[in-house]
Amino acid sequence: MEEEDDDVSADPYLPYDGGGDTIPLQTFPNRGSNYVMSNGGGVASSSTHLLDFLEEPIPGVGTYDDFHTIDWVREKCKDRERHRKINSKKKDSAWELSRSLYDAWSGWLVVTLTGLASGALAGLIDIAADWLNDLKEGVCLSAMWFNHEQCCWTSNETTFAERDKCPQWKSWAELILGQAEGPGSYIMNYFMYIYWALSFAFLAVCLVKVFAPYACGSGIPEIKTILSGFIIRGYLGKWTLLIKTITLVLAVASGLSLGKEGPLVHVACCCGNIFSYLFPNLEEVSYYFPLKTLWRSFFAALVAAFVLRSINPFGNSRLVLFYVEYHTPWYLFELLPFILLGVFGGLWGAFFIRANIAWCRRRKSTRFGKYPVLEVILVAAITAVVAFPNPYTRQNTSELIKELFTDCGPLESSQLCQYRSQMNGSKAFNETPNRPAGAGVYTAMWQLGLALVPSGLFIPSMAIGAIAGRIVGIAMEQLAYYYHDWFLFKEWCEVGADCITPGLYAMVGAAACLGGVTRMTVSLVVIVFELTGGLEYIVPLMAAVMTSKWVGDAFGREGIYESHIRLNGYPFLDAKEEFTHTTLAREVMRPRPSDPPLAVLTQDDLSVAELQAVISETSYNGFPVVVSKESQRLVGFALRRDITIAVENARRKQEGIVLTSRVYFTQHAPTLPADSPRPLKLRSILDMSPFTVTDHTPMEIVVDIFRKMGLRQCLVTHNGTLLGIITKKNILEHLEELKRHPELPVISHAPSSFTRLSLRLRPPRRLA
Amino acid sequence: MSWKESRLSVLALIPVIILLEAVVYAESKNFEDVRCKCICPPYRNFTGHIYSRNVSQKDCTCLHVVVPMPVPGHDVEAYCLLCECKYEERSSNTIKVTIILYLSVVGALVLYMLFLLLVEPLFRKRDSYTQPLHNEEEAEADRSNTMLERVEGAQQRWKKQVQEQRKTVFDRHKMLS
Repeated sequence: MEEEDDDVSADPYLPYDGGGDTIPLQTFPNRGSNYVMSNGGGVASSSTHLLDFLEEPIPGVGTYDDFHTIDWVREKCKDRERHRKINSKKKDSAWELSRSLYDAWSGWLVVTLTGLASGALAGLIDIAADWLNDLKEGVCLSAMWFNHEQCCWTSNETTFAERDKCPQWKSWAELILGQAEGPGSYIMNYFMYIYWALSFAFLAVCLVKVFAPYACGSGIPEIKTILSGFIIRGYLGKWTLLIKTITLVLAVASGLSLGKEGPLVHVACCCGNIFSYLFPNLEEVSYYFPLKTLWRSFFAALVAAFVLRSINPFGNSRLVLFYVEYHTPWYLFELLPFILLGVFGGLWGAFFIRANIAWCRRRKSTRFGKYPVLEVILVAAITAVVAFPNPYTRQNTSELIKELFTDCGPLESSQLCQYRSQMNGSKAFNETPNRPAGAGVYTAMWQLGLALVPSGLFIPSMAIGAIAGRIVGIAMEQLAYYYHDWFLFKEWCEVGADCITPGLYAMVGAAACLGGVTRMTVSLVVIVFELTGGLEYIVPLMAAVMTSKWVGDAFGREGIYESHIRLNGYPFLDAKEEFTHTTLAREVMRPRPSDPPLAVLTQDDLSVAELQAVISETSYNGFPVVVSKESQRLVGFALRRDITIAVENARRKQEGIVLTSRVYFTQHAPTLPADSPRPLKLRSILDMSPFTVTDHTPMEIVVDIFRKMGLRQCLVTHNGTLLGIITKKNILEHLEELKRHPELPVISHAPSSFTRLSLRLRPPRRLA
Repeated sequence: MSWKESRLSVLALIPVIILLEAVVYAESKNFEDVRCKCICPPYRNFTGHIYSRNVSQKDCTCLHVVVPMPVPGHDVEAYCLLCECKYEERSSNTIKVTIILYLSVVGALVLYMLFLLLVEPLFRKRDSYTQPLHNEEEAEADRSNTMLERVEGAQQRWKKQVQEQRKTVFDRHKMLS
């Protein structure tokens, strides 16, 4: 161990081993109490490396426990350090050069593979979900693996009425009863539909429960939390990926009103995570979002799109889900219904979030949540029973949206267009779109509360909006038709020409609802605008989405994902939320005035037994290391997990380490009596540049630091001595507390309270 | 240890994927996989029709596809203007391979699930009399050489993980969203 210390100075890239020892810390007290830079001096010079890397790394040190927060600053610095090392060795040999090339390329390789895998999986899910969905109604006899549309690919039935029928495609009634018409076959089909829906749902639930419970739900709240730096072991594992992919198809096919788009995010994340295992030198830093990562994700998306395009599942060579083209322009007076749709979307979003959260809370708190399998089966049964009679709810939700979006073309395929042919007879039945509306709203509301199977809320909330939008659009169209000499319509609409596009209304409504639920404004407009493939409709979309956001924000500022994150209590600091209070760091830090003093370790006068006692008596995840109990001057920060691992490792591998051995965090062993056992050096696990703020730092700044740098904890000092600690969880608690009692400051700002506080601290103070 | 294993399994997966792709591409384009579909709406007293033929992309027009032209010669132009023709291509092999792959994976999982739920408890019950519980230590040590024992150890570890997850999700209700 001692020899390795020589390497410190030998390494040209570590010119100065900044730390406690090279600066004669012992002289500091003589300089008086106003020497506040004692900590800062050490940090500035050691910023090139946080940890002492030169010792043999102990396996396990630097990893995290389940449900812990990642320290981004530390990880980033470690990664840079590694990078610098590789770069410095680059010129030494061809092997090192290839290693550095490999290191530089591994990130890109991973994103390429991730893109490939996500694209392939998306294609697979698409194909399988369509097939399974049609399996509920019938089966293709000539080729079992085709869905209805593909089965009739070469069908010669040319009339409109018969176009869905082809000899190869048999419904279940035809197969079992031998007749296609009549009440008997209807009942048979009904029964088979329910049977398949139930069995899909049951299979999905069982698979999730047995193999990968983490595959439940949409996964987006958890992904958001993980990206912000939180460890959920196994959440992005290979079993989760497999089960999520499989059950997603089953869940979509079981007819539950859910989409596969949201959970695909989780699937893709799993892919990326698994591929990054291939390249062990790629640290978890790749989760973090610097600009480089943005480029890489862009590249991954490109690869995925390319793969999906080359798989080209359904022959229409359209990558996007709902490709729509409108030809008619929109008119200024139409902005009013668009804004109304926005209001509806906002109201719906607020209502949906409230209802969903209430439902989830209820499931969490009451006995109802004890039977998740039963819940899913029950909801699936109800859905299947309700959905079958209505042709709109019977089909896939995404298909329903597609139908709602598209304008009535030459092929009046959808019932939604039927009123048009009868318009000449001045007879319009508005009930047609109302029918799916009623059922659709109902089912979507119900099923989104349900979350055991992989489910998304993109598609269902879009469906609601599209239904509402289509209704408004048709109403407008009827209005324009009947009152075509009213001044508004007279000016813009010529008689006979259609000036209202109900499909556009549906799209605007869908965007508004999605915006109301997720509160993503800009990206949403871009997404929907991509779908329409025209710049012309960007104003209606923006108007509706902005209105929906404003209306939704009036009822509650959080989107559905943030609400779920909060409900589950994940440590996620929302970047959008503003911190407007005037509290100071010392009012938030632990220990609180009533708490026992902060658990600290001293630099060189603890024994192994004492260290273990500290660790076993407390449950903190990290301990500040100070020079001595008396001075409380900060040296660094050591993580609990690292300490336990290092001590265990030392006791197993190094000789002469007993319970009475002295533990030291300094560069050189302290002078000990001759007969004492061999001391244990733990400098390698000490973070010598922990982030510190002074006790008077406003919380505004502290919150900003935590948010922007992804900090895990931050030490609070006063005149260079340690006062306390602020962790991410403390900040979240503080925010929660302020939300509940907005005007209640934790400690009053009067100076007297500060003296009390400083007197309470154990080190004798030299301050005035 | 665990990441090494997952790395191996991922490495083993890649050739499988490549092989599948190769199979898909080797069975070259089925001639049934292209069609030109024309949708012609009702015109005068002719009802609407759908025509679909197997022609090349540049021939995908109403004139080529609508073969017994229902309207007399002077009306062809007007009729064809109303028709919408689309050239479509699909790959039935991809669909076939995907569905078969999907079904086989689901089948394997269901079998494994049944094995875990029904068959294994019987085994365990019999085993527990003869062998006192020591598998925890063994799973940790994992020094055994035979493939079977190593798989056993990995399975034990995995089971423990799933148990943990189940506790998080179902008992503490932490993850439900």
